[in-house]
Amino acid sequence: MSAPATSEKASEKIPVTVLTGYLGAGKTTLLNRILSEPHGKKYAVIVNEFGEIGIDNDLVVNAEEEIFEMNNGCICCTVRGDLVRIIDGLMRRKGKFDAIIVETTGLADPAPVAQTFFMDEQVGAKTKLDAVVTVADAKWLKDRLKDAPEAKNQIAFADVILLNKTDLVTKDELADVEARIRAINPYAKLHRTERSKIAIDQVLGRNAFDLDRILEIEPEFLHAEDHDHDHHHDHDHGHDHGHAHDHHHGGGLKHYHDEDMQSVSLKTDRPLDPDKFFPWIQDLVAKDGPSILRSKGILSFKDDPERFVFQGVHMILDGDHQRPWKEGEKRQSRLVFIGRDLPQERIRSGFESCVA
Amino acid sequence: MSDTTNTPSITDRVRPVKAGAPVVGVHFLGPKPVFVLGEEALLFAPDSGDIRIPVHGGAILCSASDGARIVTGGDDGRLVEVAAREPALLATDAKKRWIDQVALGPDGAVAWSAGKTAFVRPRKGDDKSVEAPSTVAGLAFAPKGFRLAIAHYNGVSLWFANAQAAPEKLEWKGSHLAVAFSPDGRFVVTAMQESTMHGWRLADGKHMRMSGYSARVRSFGWTADGAYLATSGSEQLILWPFDGKDGPMGKQPLMLAPAASRVAMVACHPRQPVIATGFNDGIVLLVRVEDGAEILVRGKGGAPVTALGWDEAGAQLAFGTDDGEAGVVSL
Repeated sequence: MSAPATSEKASEKIPVTVLTGYLGAGKTTLLNRILSEPHGKKYAVIVNEFGEIGIDNDLVVNAEEEIFEMNNGCICCTVRGDLVRIIDGLMRRKGKFDAIIVETTGLADPAPVAQTFFMDEQVGAKTKLDAVVTVADAKWLKDRLKDAPEAKNQIAFADVILLNKTDLVTKDELADVEARIRAINPYAKLHRTERSKIAIDQVLGRNAFDLDRILEIEPEFLHAEDHDHDHHHDHDHGHDHGHAHDHHHGGGLKHYHDEDMQSVSLKTDRPLDPDKFFPWIQDLVAKDGPSILRSKGILSFKDDPERFVFQGVHMILDGDHQRPWKEGEKRQSRLVFIGRDLPQERIRSGFESCVA
Repeated sequence: MSDTTNTPSITDRVRPVKAGAPVVGVHFLGPKPVFVLGEEALLFAPDSGDIRIPVHGGAILCSASDGARIVTGGDDGRLVEVAAREPALLATDAKKRWIDQVALGPDGAVAWSAGKTAFVRPRKGDDKSVEAPSTVAGLAFAPKGFRLAIAHYNGVSLWFANAQAAPEKLEWKGSHLAVAFSPDGRFVVTAMQESTMHGWRLADGKHMRMSGYSARVRSFGWTADGAYLATSGSEQLILWPFDGKDGPMGKQPLMLAPAASRVAMVACHPRQPVIATGFNDGIVLLVRVEDGAEILVRGKGGAPVTALGWDEAGAQLAFGTDDGEAGVVSL
């Protein structure tokens, strides 16, 4: 991760939203909802060859997902060859659409899609990854997390999760499936939906991969707990509330530990030594890249007046100085990793050794 | 080439052409420059005025020319030929798939691809088709004969469209994009998804790895004498020697025109060892292989150069950019 030249015309890049979700979760419903709302925007849509029903849109491209390994056959260096080609073709019609939406098949791993935007210089020069949006079926996700590694990948990778079909489950079941999602990915924005109904700005234009937007990497469940505390507050004062909190522990959320997919969160108030940190993180992703799905960080380096931010997908890291630390702002370094069987203790001790 | 102030210049001899749309290719029909626009039309640019010939309903994805005609493929699933000014529809994909690639053979054959299918229309006779193992990413006819090279994931297929036999496979792991034969027909080279080129010596299938680029190689071609393969993809013009029997194996490339910006397009002069070189910062240079001498054709500014082409005699050079600037210069 050398500090790359900040792209000169980042704002002119076409945003690309990746829509994932297991079969039948409601991806196509969401897609049609996005396309049919009166937002005045035009979208180019890349749909997979197994698309369930028709998409009513001028610019629809049918893609057969082609996962291409790069030179050394490393799993982290795969790209979607079809996307490289299709985006190159679509960009010839620049000006005819405002954004691109890529719908993946239900069994797709989102990583090769995301990596395409960082590995292919031409794609990265003209478009930018906006967010990975995962639609999950409230009734069946729990089962899929047990038997389908793809479903777990999609949850772990997501920036935004639509927990859909909430009308088909009880409140308890809903709380349970949410807790299971949080055990895997506490950082994604989670929305409860019925028939994929959601405000479009909650799904598109999220800038989740934009280094300038890595402002907050607080786990979302902390906010959720705050939210629940409010309910408690209500509950305490208005005794007629029927919220079913009694099954819950503490702040109102169940806590699960997922057996193979977790997040590791690190922080320190002591400044880091860049000469220790960069070799450490590069070595970490080189060795453990296959198991690290996503990473993000805000870093405070010794004698450096600017915040350094980074984000990564498997072995690919993208980082840059973001802005000067503000006066009175707490100079704290925070990192999060989401991945499979993460060597938590080794990551923790490695990070601690980077303190200046 | 970060500073071009002392470079001999012919910029004042360039006749500017306002394409007004991204230029994705340029060809000459006889002495007439024709620009391929990103969408819908070919732009004929005679000395005064310009004429736009609509050829596709959307994006123009690929084009090829033999000097007598231009064949284009579009995202409307159509393959179109323009010889004089009237476009003629050559084929429509049955499934309305994008026509991704097109190539013209020395004997008048046309090849094109949609998805994994490569098609050949011989000068006489029926269309033939073959399925590649993955989406076709490049097509090229051998300089002599009727063999077609089809680039795809994990290699290249060499196909005799007239024969019943299955295509011969040249294998190398990875995604192969553009493909070309050397002018003597002894080598096949591809530009890959990673920032390298790969080559095979056809006689024995021996591999050639040409690496060290800072970006994907998107443009390459042989010098007229076949001695060098000129390539984009680096902050200088990279020329691989192909004059020996082993091609570039074990040899260092020639590196000319060091620049602040990356080479985006190359076009070798059809007669002389001179290479028109277009950069990402808009500069166009003529570079002489012998001594690396440079002549400035277009100064810095605007978008990357996306099209470069010579007329058959090498008397005119045309260029175009991603932001719709274009020009023609007579030498």
